Amino acid sequence: MSNGLQARPLASSIAKTADPAGHFNKEDCENFLVFEARLLDEARFDDWVALFLPDATYWVPSEPEQASPRDTVSLIYDDRRLLETRVRRLSSPRIYSQEPRSRTSRIVTNVTIEEQADGRCTLRSKFMMIEFRRDDQRIFGGTYRHHLVRAEDQIRIAMKRVDLVNCDMPLDGLVVPF
Amino acid sequence: MSVQTSEQIRKYVQPARVHRRIYTDPEIFELELQNIFGVAWLYLGHESQIKNSGDYFCTQMGRRPVVVVRDNDRNIKVIHNQCAHRGSMVVALPHGTTDEFRCCYHGWTYHLDGRLKAIPLQNGYPADFDPKNPRTAMTKVPRVVSYRGFIFASLATDGPSLEESLGHMKTSLDDMVDRAPDGEIEVAGGVFRHAYNGNWKIYLENLCDAAHPWFTHRSSIEAAQKQADNVFSDGSGEIAIRQMRQNGAPYSFWESQVGIWAYPNGHSYLGDYHDDSKLVAAMNDPVFRDYIAALEAKKGKQAAAKILQVRRWNSNIYPNLSMMSQFQQLRVIQPVAVNRTIVHTYNFKLRGAPDQMFINTISFANIVNGTGSLVLTDDLEIYNRITLGLSSEGAEWLEIGRGFETDVTEEQQGGRKGKNSTSEIYIRNMFDAWLGYMTNGASGSANSAHKGLS
Repeated sequence: MSNGLQARPLASSIAKTADPAGHFNKEDCENFLVFEARLLDEARFDDWVALFLPDATYWVPSEPEQASPRDTVSLIYDDRRLLETRVRRLSSPRIYSQEPRSRTSRIVTNVTIEEQADGRCTLRSKFMMIEFRRDDQRIFGGTYRHHLVRAEDQIRIAMKRVDLVNCDMPLDGLVVPF
Repeated sequence: MSVQTSEQIRKYVQPARVHRRIYTDPEIFELELQNIFGVAWLYLGHESQIKNSGDYFCTQMGRRPVVVVRDNDRNIKVIHNQCAHRGSMVVALPHGTTDEFRCCYHGWTYHLDGRLKAIPLQNGYPADFDPKNPRTAMTKVPRVVSYRGFIFASLATDGPSLEESLGHMKTSLDDMVDRAPDGEIEVAGGVFRHAYNGNWKIYLENLCDAAHPWFTHRSSIEAAQKQADNVFSDGSGEIAIRQMRQNGAPYSFWESQVGIWAYPNGHSYLGDYHDDSKLVAAMNDPVFRDYIAALEAKKGKQAAAKILQVRRWNSNIYPNLSMMSQFQQLRVIQPVAVNRTIVHTYNFKLRGAPDQMFINTISFANIVNGTGSLVLTDDLEIYNRITLGLSSEGAEWLEIGRGFETDVTEEQQGGRKGKNSTSEIYIRNMFDAWLGYMTNGASGSANSAHKGLS
């Protein structure tokens, strides 16, 4: 693989530095987030979905501090089944909203481990994503919240929540995941 | 600015085709704001958004910012969001509760109905200054009517009444309310506001278009068809996937099993869509069965059956409203510029229905109206591409002639129906109204002098 990343087992470098008791240290977490951002920027969406647990959810609320995806609409709310469909569509040659394709560049920073216990942790970070498509560039920014789990010596996502700073403004279509 | 004359406007609309300038010319857009959005009954919101005195929300009538408020007598008032002093926007929050409106510039303060309440330094104004003069009030929108909780307003002092203007389409509003076992609905579950670079008419034209899903939504149809059903879903993904698969129904279905109806003043609906038991609203769905039981318990079996017989997909009330009763969806179309439109979408909760109904409503909203939807994003792409394409004079005329020679007259209330569900009758019907509004000036009538268009 030309990028040198594809063939490498996903979280092996992270697992090496991990506490055997399943403790998450900050470096592991930062590495994981940077890796996830890279998968998205490189449009490796199948690999990205593989980071999620079988019962995971991916959520982009429509309101600041939104309490639930069940009783209020969301810019994106995917259970695992819909997330797989979303990503399958992204690789379709007939996805007209990605003709031409978007190019994105993400920065993830201000990483904080909010709590952890028993091989699970809650991570909070800030992100910025630039999306370029058809002579137009958009900037998105906000807060990521990841619920991470150690499963078989690898880090997996149980829940990812993306709070956009401008989640409640009129927005043109959102096709590429954050 | 040279003004488009009625004569010129008429030339842009011919039987079965329209000129591209209708979608691209800023001058025509300005005229639409004046002659359509400045005259027609516009949907502004629902009474449940302002339950108590002092509750208000801000919206726009065309591009004019207005405040919709329940005053101290519990009447609904619509006032221009503009200070009578120097014209500054008075109310800055999108919604809230207050006992007065105060301008933050020089402190002019208004009652909830817009009348002037107090001004600082009053002695400095000219001697004939009269705080009782309407000129010192926030200007009222002259006509405001609530039909079964749906608030409409018109900027024209005279003209057809709301009920006259709605005609048979009242039944689509009735359908939204009658489905509630307790007879009441309320706005709930947040708002989507999606935007695109295109003219406002394109949106309405797509909502009753049965010929596009199979093609435009191909990527989501195929992705959903290939999705394994044994993968985890908490119920929301399941609804979304079912909807996407439904879009993949063969052309024979879209042609013959849907139905398209058009009514005077530009209104239309695509109907009978769910009669195929493929969707969540289908009769054999457990949640829907619970709901039917609740409806029958409150209204009786016969009345419930009659309510559920109305099976409409999108109902469009020209020029700014579209709704879908089976999943309690409502869209408000907001023109921003000739090539920019914002759509606000709302959900309704049916009082007395099972809680799961509303959870399904939210899941459905996400896939049908969501800014990040796998379906809607391809519609928005089409709207943008229409704008890019229409920037060329390569093709001056756009075809709206599908079904033109085969449309049939309905018995009721001046309605017409496409012989096939993919007839563009509803587009020709909107242009009938468009011509009427655009050439009748401020008379408030959509009656077109140019009959026989559709």
